[in-house]
Amino acid sequence: MLRLEAACKAYTRQGKTVEALRPTSLDIGAGEYVAVVGPSGSGKSTFLTVVGGMMAPTTGKVWLEGRSLYDLTVSQRAAVRGTRIGFVFQTFNLVPYLTALENVQVPLYLAGIAPKEQRRRATAALERVGLADRLGHKPSELSVGQQQRVALARTLVNDPALILADEPTGNLDPDTRELVLGLFEEFHGEGRTLVVVTHDPAVAARSRRTLRLVAGRVDEEPPGERNVA
Amino acid sequence: MRTRTLVWKEMRERPVALLTCLLAIVLGVTAQVAVRTVTVHSEMAVALELDALGANVLILPKGVTLQDYYAADMHGETLPEEYVGRVALSKLQGVDNLSPKLCVPTTLNGQPVTLTGILPKSEFQAKAAWAGAGVFSRPVGCGAAGVPTDAPADPKSLARKRVIETLGEREALVGSEVAARHGLKDGDTAEFFGEKFTVLAVLPATGTVDDARVFAHLHAVQALSGKGEVVNVIEVVGCCKQIAGGLVDNLSALLPEAKVVTIAQVVKTQQNVNRLMENLSLVFLAVLLSVGGAAMAGTFFANVSERRKEIGTLMALGATPDAVVSLFVGKALVLGLAGGVGGFLLGSAAAMWLGPQLANVAVRPIPIMAAVAVGVSLVVTLLASLLPAWRASRLDPCVCFREV
Repeated sequence: MLRLEAACKAYTRQGKTVEALRPTSLDIGAGEYVAVVGPSGSGKSTFLTVVGGMMAPTTGKVWLEGRSLYDLTVSQRAAVRGTRIGFVFQTFNLVPYLTALENVQVPLYLAGIAPKEQRRRATAALERVGLADRLGHKPSELSVGQQQRVALARTLVNDPALILADEPTGNLDPDTRELVLGLFEEFHGEGRTLVVVTHDPAVAARSRRTLRLVAGRVDEEPPGERNVA
Repeated sequence: MRTRTLVWKEMRERPVALLTCLLAIVLGVTAQVAVRTVTVHSEMAVALELDALGANVLILPKGVTLQDYYAADMHGETLPEEYVGRVALSKLQGVDNLSPKLCVPTTLNGQPVTLTGILPKSEFQAKAAWAGAGVFSRPVGCGAAGVPTDAPADPKSLARKRVIETLGEREALVGSEVAARHGLKDGDTAEFFGEKFTVLAVLPATGTVDDARVFAHLHAVQALSGKGEVVNVIEVVGCCKQIAGGLVDNLSALLPEAKVVTIAQVVKTQQNVNRLMENLSLVFLAVLLSVGGAAMAGTFFANVSERRKEIGTLMALGATPDAVVSLFVGKALVLGLAGGVGGFLLGSAAAMWLGPQLANVAVRPIPIMAAVAVGVSLVVTLLASLLPAWRASRLDPCVCFREV
């Protein structure tokens, strides 16, 4: 599903080069549930944006479903993000002036789906996360937990094969966190691949595999060791 | 969900920014429309006033030197009358009126008087109609286009416009001095060369040599004086723009045996006034383009800056750079259209109010200005949005992860 070949991301600031992601090679198979843990500044978000087709590695390659992501054109890569990858953000990143339904329609609109079909699929996605009665509400009219569920519906609506989540439970209360993790389990059960960047031991504990990032270096954490920083 | 949904809802989300932006473009377009509308009507008024001064081009025999505009026909040399037909039948643009004249000395009640033969306009119009020529119709862009002139049937218009619509073979128009000296009034009879003429009208005083003349039909004067088919001068009322564009040269080419001269001051005055007004409009247009465009661009840059996270999120969700650009260009189109329509309405209203106050002219809205206003407004808003939109499309989508 996802493969990194000596992928490295380095930034140069004021003449100094910092390797946010050191040369990394790894494979994540289809249907895996992977947690990426590590302290702040260890390069977790850089890892996520590189594997998500949003930021080209300085060197190396990233393969998704057999395609080298950064050998695609900008438009082709955007299409892959829109149809094969689903993003979950810590702060949900809902568009504030759109309703819940419209927010969920956005990926479908960007993929060129007809408005009527957008509406049908977005409504179904919101029903699935238990928000059928909140279609016309704007994010500011929803609770934090409801906002994250709208964001999850938006992630799901294009039926992505790979879900990349950045601290998905960081802003949630315990009940909502459980609900979100339950949905992640469902997504995993449907055969989707999940890569979740997290500080939350509960989230890491639910994953089947853990990668530890320290100073840009990715290490495989042996099963059974769940020392989340 | 369509692009317009995103554009429209985003604008509604930020009403203050929207109104500020709209105000900038509406005020700019309003100023442009108001100035241009007043300018056009002022030009037409000036053109009308200058038309009242009479002919601005004279066709003279080669050997004649112009000493006095109002006495340009007071010399012994002649031109063939056929030249008049040549001009009337030509397709020269910008010839508004023709007035051939032949002056002959004669007596009235035993006292010397100058009898001037003139050809009424109706005869040229008939010839022009036969040939399909464009004479007597102002070309597009001529200053006084569409401006109503004096009632054509009024014979007294000869005093000001140097042209008369119709004149019978035995009718005469009498200058004010001659009428006073001989006690003539409208409908009286006067005798020249032994023939009786009916006084069609006594002309109002002009303070020129015309006050001491009697005007009769050219062909009658030619026949009675025995001069044959000749004239001393052909006065031409030409459109000033066409004169500047080469009417004199064209007339010279058409009549190489004659001398064609302009009443330079008349032409220059209108040209200068028109140029001044056009330049004023251009200055306002430049101000609109630079100040309005800069204000719009600043607003768009600010909009991009405050929407960085949203744009990054859209990119993460699959938006291509073109899709991002379309959001800002769509917004520019809406603002440009609204600004153009609003600016046209406000500008026309301002012009209708300011025209009589500032330029002493009555002003009506100019429909074509609506298209110009919308066009200028769209160009300015689109240009102002392009760089911010391009910058938005090049944003690093990682901002959607970084910013909290």
